[in-house]
Amino acid sequence: MSDATITLEVTRYRPGHDREPHPQSFEVPFQKDWVVLDALNHIKDRIDGTLSYRWSCRMGVCGSCGMMVNGVPKLTCAAFLRDYRPGPIRVEPLANFPVIRDLVIALDDFMEKLRRVKPWIIRAEEKPVSEGEYRQTPAQLETYKQFSMCINCMLCYAACPVYGLAPAFVGPAAIALAYRYNLDSRDEGYRLREPVMSDAVGVWECTFVGECSVVCPKGVDPAAAIQRSKLAGATDWLLSMVMPWGGRR
Amino acid sequence: MSEPRVERPGLYYPKLPTTWWLRNTNYFLFMLRELSSVFIMVFLVLFLVELYRLSQGPKAYGAYLETLRAPGWIVFHVVALAFALYHSVTWFKLSGVVQVVRVGERQVPPSLVTAASFALWAVVSIVLLWFMVRG
Ligand code: SF4
Ligand code: FES
Repeated sequence: MSDATITLEVTRYRPGHDREPHPQSFEVPFQKDWVVLDALNHIKDRIDGTLSYRWSCRMGVCGSCGMMVNGVPKLTCAAFLRDYRPGPIRVEPLANFPVIRDLVIALDDFMEKLRRVKPWIIRAEEKPVSEGEYRQTPAQLETYKQFSMCINCMLCYAACPVYGLAPAFVGPAAIALAYRYNLDSRDEGYRLREPVMSDAVGVWECTFVGECSVVCPKGVDPAAAIQRSKLAGATDWLLSMVMPWGGRR
Repeated sequence: MSEPRVERPGLYYPKLPTTWWLRNTNYFLFMLRELSSVFIMVFLVLFLVELYRLSQGPKAYGAYLETLRAPGWIVFHVVALAFALYHSVTWFKLSGVVQVVRVGERQVPPSLVTAASFALWAVVSIVLLWFMVRG
């Protein structure tokens, strides 16, 4: 182990005590294989046990360790200290979300939006279990697979200025998820998701800044999902105007 | 814009500063793309006036063209052209992402869709140019 250290400027906020969040500096050992999350764990274990933040898997799967690292939304379990040398490294709670304490943000709004897009397979008529599963070819799976890789880390919301300015916006991940089910050959719920998607705070709120797709750690490309949903919605509306049988199912 | 959200006591609600678009290059380029539409709009208004003056006969049209020769307007047109090109290039680059093209069961790679859009743009521009030069 070398004696090298690196400084972390961590945002602290104690509800009821602090009027505003403020940074606090910590010096932690610099280790080549440490990520920002390791440094936070070091602070909590050795320096200040009151530091609060979320994490679980430490391997980019659970999506709970998202924070702003030097102003960019990152999974802190995948952000290596060595990439931020010589420091200091600014660690802040995910942008655009209300802060509960230190680096912990409120998830309620995001959870409610996820629920609102009905992210499950909807059938016009459920078939009895005895008739077996709904089958799908590899090619049909391929059409939506990318959009099903989301880990709900909310980095895309932290990157989205539209969400920051108009928090009612349904937002990147929720729309990508809705789009994922709309694309699924087993699903028949397009019409039920449509009111949420074409709402004033749905896809049309998006101005295509595109930063959500840049920061997404899973290559979901929510920006593409939103623009394609716009295209689908507009085509659908046009068809419903000119065709006697209306738009899509 | 949407309804203000209900704020829960104890939580800290961050506000996005009005200078948010200066925070990173992508935000800034996005703002440039938005701004480009202002220039394109002004150009279109000038163009509409030009058509109107054309309908009034050669004298009115000639006088109008003379006005547009002022250095200020020339600078404006150069800037507007740069913005129009920037807007078009970003637009076509995104078109591949937005427009999914399928051949049979396979999806055509977005880069190919973008390349095809650029090619089409070039062909249309050349044809138009040819008509203008010939005319
Ligand atoms: S779309 Fe990407 S950035 Fe957004 S929540 Fe899902 S995994 Fe995270
Ligand atoms: S701790 Fe699970 S994604 Fe980082």
